[in-house]
Amino acid sequence: MGVYLLRRLFQSVLVMLAMSVIVFVGVFAIGDPVEILISPDADQMERERAIKALGLDLPLWMQYLSFLGNALRGDLGRSFVFNEPALKLILERMPATLELAFGAMFIALLIGLPLGLYAGLKPNSTGAKAVMAGSILGFSLPTFWVGLMLIMVFAVQLGWLPSTGRGTTVEILGMRWSFLSWDGLRHIAMPALNLALFKISLVIRLTRAGVRETMLMDYVKFARAKGLSPARVTYVHVFKNILIPVVTVVGLELGSTIAFSVVTESVFAWPGMGKLIIDSINVLDRPVIVAYLMIIVLMFITINLLVDLAYSALDPRVRLENK
Amino acid sequence: MSTTTANPAPAAAKAPRVETPFRRFVSEFCESKLALGGLIVFAFIALIAILAPLLAPQNPYDLAQLDIMDGRLPPGSEAGAGFTYWLGTDDQGRDMLSGIMYGLRISLMVGAGSAIIACAVGVTLGLVAAYGGGRTDTLIMRLVDLQLSFPSILAALMILAFLGKGIMNVVLALVIVEWAYYARTIRGTALVERRREYIEAAHCLALPTHRVIFRHLLPNCLPPLIVVATMQVARAIALEATLSYLGLGVPITEPSLGLLISNGYEYMLSGKYWISFYPGIALLVTIVSINLVGDQLRDVLNPRLKK
Repeated sequence: MGVYLLRRLFQSVLVMLAMSVIVFVGVFAIGDPVEILISPDADQMERERAIKALGLDLPLWMQYLSFLGNALRGDLGRSFVFNEPALKLILERMPATLELAFGAMFIALLIGLPLGLYAGLKPNSTGAKAVMAGSILGFSLPTFWVGLMLIMVFAVQLGWLPSTGRGTTVEILGMRWSFLSWDGLRHIAMPALNLALFKISLVIRLTRAGVRETMLMDYVKFARAKGLSPARVTYVHVFKNILIPVVTVVGLELGSTIAFSVVTESVFAWPGMGKLIIDSINVLDRPVIVAYLMIIVLMFITINLLVDLAYSALDPRVRLENK
Repeated sequence: MSTTTANPAPAAAKAPRVETPFRRFVSEFCESKLALGGLIVFAFIALIAILAPLLAPQNPYDLAQLDIMDGRLPPGSEAGAGFTYWLGTDDQGRDMLSGIMYGLRISLMVGAGSAIIACAVGVTLGLVAAYGGGRTDTLIMRLVDLQLSFPSILAALMILAFLGKGIMNVVLALVIVEWAYYARTIRGTALVERRREYIEAAHCLALPTHRVIFRHLLPNCLPPLIVVATMQVARAIALEATLSYLGLGVPITEPSLGLLISNGYEYMLSGKYWISFYPGIALLVTIVSINLVGDQLRDVLNPRLKK
């Protein structure tokens, strides 16, 4: 396990380095760095001073090293718009995004697992067919459009839920959370459901496919032949085995949920990282874009690492392969 | 796949039920009425998109045909030019029905175009990986893993943040996001198929490698590829719409469905639902019909589910 952990850590660092090169090349080499990093309002004198200060007259590899050095010290530049360190801006908005993402994952498992199990156990029943048709719909519905329709129905027409914003937040550990107040819960309900929609379908399909394939396995037939009760076969022999892929995928999906919250946050004006990055792209606030990309890449690599480790702990075959 | 049906007298006995793999595939596909319906609906949508300039009551790009006084009319209103705005108009006085028809063109074009290019790139790299083995394989598959570990929206966002808006940039972003799915699928299948006897036989005939790969191996790797391609087209269309909604996709002069929906956002809160609603329905029906087809294809082409 120790060797495996070290090797995966080493790989993660390599990937992180590779991504930093891509981001660097994307911002510093493809675009015009002067235009990207210096506010367009700056006059000629300021421009030249900034070019010197940013080291843009140095060769590219030296620029990359200083970019890397600054990034390691947590300095990813200052936002043109807010005139604050980009990193700070993003970290401030992270709790809102995480809250939304975890809320969505929770809803996805809560709804997806039982429905998927049902659809897998009784694949020919009308109910199961309805669930599967519904899941295709869940995959197909464009998130942003569903969000708009949710707002139209529940906020504009019925007036039950607020359309935008985070509502009252409660401060814990220096961060503000919505889900602890009733008003906050009312605000998070629609965005979380909207973000969960895709994941609900995914969990349903994974569970169903897993159940259907596992049911054909010899050990399930054997368990049945032994005369075990259907409930025991279902929950111990089948469910436990399909839980591994489902847990892995759900874990992996946490990252993509955070990424897709970009869309949901834009629709519901949820003040998280996603909304910040879209606003920043639209006003060309590049330091924030760079900082966002670096942070999200780091986040992804960490999540992937954790999922791999959890996977190897859950599935003995992976462990053996890596011995 | 390589079974040939014994058919002793093909000309004389024109039997209606000779089981060829293709016919079996068609009849199994048609078992699901839902999937068949999806196929028909999609064909209809594609036809509308192709014939949009002939069918649409108005050319939404031709400013001379637009009347700003007709802005934000509800569905069913009479136009000054003599036809009816069946789906209402947007803030520019553009007929939504025509806008949707032209928007479909752009959405389908971007979706299909990126899928074809991504498929070509992915299949080539996947086959090279499977056939080359060793370092080539490791290198390509590491790249695939890396690509797949990042969600599509994020990768696309990154590329468009660097390159800026534009149809070609969106296509490029979608290709970069999608090629890995094809590469992984084709490599997995090719690794299994290349150990089969017919490949060995082809090699024994001293056929050139490229011929073995493209004429013998590739056709037999197609089933899973078709499933992936169908799903990816739907994904590409949805992703393009999302990017355009966020204001990062197609330019405002060539509105796709996503941009039409985005344009209606501010009017929706005041109850003018149709500007966002109908393009969304068009998008939804397109994606659902493709996914229905893809879903049935997967069930039909997956040997693990065969009884």
